[in-house]
Amino acid sequence: MAAIRLENVQKMFGNVTVIRGMDLSIHDGEFFTFVGPSGCGKSTILNVLAGLESVSSGAVYFDDVPVTDLSPRERDVAMVFQSYALYPHMTVYDNMAFPLRMRKYERSRIEAEVTRAASMLGLAELLERKPRELSGGQRQRVALGRALVRSPKVFLMDEPLSNLDARLRLETRGELKRLHKQLGTTTVYVTHDQAEALSLSDRIAVLDRGDIRQVGTPREVYSDPANTFVAGFMGSPSMNFIAAVVRRREPLTVECNGLILSPAVKRTPEEEHVLIGVRPEDISISKRVNGEGIAVSVLLVEPAGPFHWADVAWGPAVLRGMAEAQEELAPGDWAHMAFHPDEALIFEAASGLRV
Amino acid sequence: MRKGMLYLAALVVVSYSVAPLVWQFLTSLKMDYELTRIPPLLPEAPSLAHYIAIFKGRMFLRIIANSALVASCTTILALAVGSLCSFGLAKLEIRYKALILGFVLSISMFPPIATVSPLYLVIRAMSLRDTWLALVITYTTFSLPLSIWILTSFFRELPDEIYRASRVDGCTVFQSFVRIVLPLAAPGFFATAILVFIFSWNEFLYALTFTSTEASRTIPVAIALFPGLYEIPWGEIAAASVIVTAPLVVLVLVFQRRIIEGLTGGAVKG
Repeated sequence: MAAIRLENVQKMFGNVTVIRGMDLSIHDGEFFTFVGPSGCGKSTILNVLAGLESVSSGAVYFDDVPVTDLSPRERDVAMVFQSYALYPHMTVYDNMAFPLRMRKYERSRIEAEVTRAASMLGLAELLERKPRELSGGQRQRVALGRALVRSPKVFLMDEPLSNLDARLRLETRGELKRLHKQLGTTTVYVTHDQAEALSLSDRIAVLDRGDIRQVGTPREVYSDPANTFVAGFMGSPSMNFIAAVVRRREPLTVECNGLILSPAVKRTPEEEHVLIGVRPEDISISKRVNGEGIAVSVLLVEPAGPFHWADVAWGPAVLRGMAEAQEELAPGDWAHMAFHPDEALIFEAASGLRV
Repeated sequence: MRKGMLYLAALVVVSYSVAPLVWQFLTSLKMDYELTRIPPLLPEAPSLAHYIAIFKGRMFLRIIANSALVASCTTILALAVGSLCSFGLAKLEIRYKALILGFVLSISMFPPIATVSPLYLVIRAMSLRDTWLALVITYTTFSLPLSIWILTSFFRELPDEIYRASRVDGCTVFQSFVRIVLPLAAPGFFATAILVFIFSWNEFLYALTFTSTEASRTIPVAIALFPGLYEIPWGEIAAASVIVTAPLVVLVLVFQRRIIEGLTGGAVKG
C-alpha cells in the first residue's frame, strides 16, 4: 500500500502536451478515479504511474520515495488493462502465477497465492483453461486475479469494465468495490464513464485535455462542480446551461428569458454574462400548472421507465427535464416547467468558472 | 459454379508450379537412353542409378552438409539479430523508426551481381575465401532486411497492452521479449526462418564466387558444376535436385502447422 504524489508532472508526445503540470496527492488506501472524455490524458497518467511512460518533467512519489526513474518492475504496481491483455499462450494458472514467477517466489508460495486469488474471484474451476476458452467476464476476472495475486502497493485499472456488457459491468463494478474494501489497497482507476466514477470512487479527478478541472469526492464533483466542464461531464443526462445576464451584483440578480432569479452564490461574477446550470433531474415538466410554472413547448419525449425525459424549448433555450410517467406529453404540446432556484448553479459565461 | 472456377484456377496454378518438379523427378528415375525422348512420358523401368551415381566420385554428402550448415547458421544468426532489432522497432520507444526501416530495406535493393565483386575483395582480405563462414556472413547480411521487415510487422500486430502487462508483471525488456513477445509471434518467426533457410539453401552467385573447392561448396554450385567436359549428366542433375528439394518440402510441411496455428486467440477481447 502506498500514497501517491504527483509533482508538476508534464508529459509531451512530440509537440503535443498530454499532461500539463499536474500536482496531485492520492491517499494511502484510497479508490481514486481519473475521469474524462477520450483524449484527456487519463490513460497516459496511468502509464506514467506504472512506469510504462516516462515523464517529460516533474516527479512521481510513492510514499514520499521518488519513483520517477524506476522501471515498472521496480515499482511494485499491478495493472488491469482495458483489453485484459492476458497471455494467450498460458493457462489461467500460469497467467496468474506469472508476476510471482517473475519475482522469484517459491513454488509452494506461488501455488498458495494463486489458489487464494482464484477462490476470491471464483476462478478455481478455470485454472487449467487457456484465455481463448473463457468468456469475456471470465477473462476480466483472470486479469483482476493476475493483478491482485501478489498484493502490490498500488492497483492501476485502465477502463477495466468497458469491454463487458451492461449487466456484467454493473456486477463487476460492485465486486471491484467489495474487493477494494476487503484489500484496502490504493487503487487508481481510469474511466470515461462518469457513472462508474461516481459509484466506485472515494475521490475523483475530472480531466480535460491534460488538465485537472476538479478533484473531489463524488458528491463534490456532482453537486458542487467548479466549472461548466465538470458540471456538464458529470451526471447523465448532462446539465442544462441557460444563458443569462447579470442585472444586479449585490445581491446577485440575473435575468434569462425574462425570468428574474436571485440565486445563492459564493462570490460575485466578474462577467456580465453568466450561465445558469440546472440538472435535468431538478427540472419538472408537467401539463398541470403548479406554482409559478414557466410555459415551454415540448420538443421530444424519451420514456426512461419510471419517468420520461423531455426536451423542451423555453424561448431560445432548449432544456431537458423530467416528467412523470403518467404525463401524456407529446412533441408540440405546451407544458409547464419548474425548478427550484436553489438548485441552479451560476457560472461565468466566458471563463466557465462557478460563482 | 464459382467454386468450380476457383478449383480450376487452383489446379492451373498448382500444375504450373509443380510440373517442373514432377518432370525433374521423372527424369531422375529414367535411364540415360530415355532421357531425351518422348514418349515414354513415364520411365519404363524406374531406376535409382542416378541417385547412386551422384554419391560416387564426389563428396556429395559433404556438400549437403555444407549447405545444411550454412543455411542453418544463417537462419539462426539472421533471426537472432533480426528478431531483436524488430522487437525494438515494433515495441520500444525509438526515434526515427521509419527511417531505420527504410535504411534496412535499402540494403536489399542492390542486385547481387553489383555487390559480388567488392564483397569478394572483402572476403579475400579477411582470408575467409573458400570457407562456409564467408557464406554465412554474406547470407545473413542479405537476409536481415527481409527478416526485420517481416518480424517487425508480426511484432507490431501483438497488442501493446500484452507487452505492457508483462512489464508491469515484473519482466525486464528482454524477459518480456523472450517469455511473451517471441512465443506469441512464433508463427511469424517460423515463417521468416523458412524464408531465410530457403534463400541460403538456394543461393548460387555468392556461393559460386566465394568457394573454390568441393570441401566448401554448397549444393546449387555443386550441381551446376556436374557437367563434365564432354557430356551433361541430366539424370544425375535431376536426382541431385530432387534430393536437395526434399528437405525444403519437409521443412515447410513441418512448420506449416505452427505458422497457421492461431496462437494469439483469447489474448484480448475478440
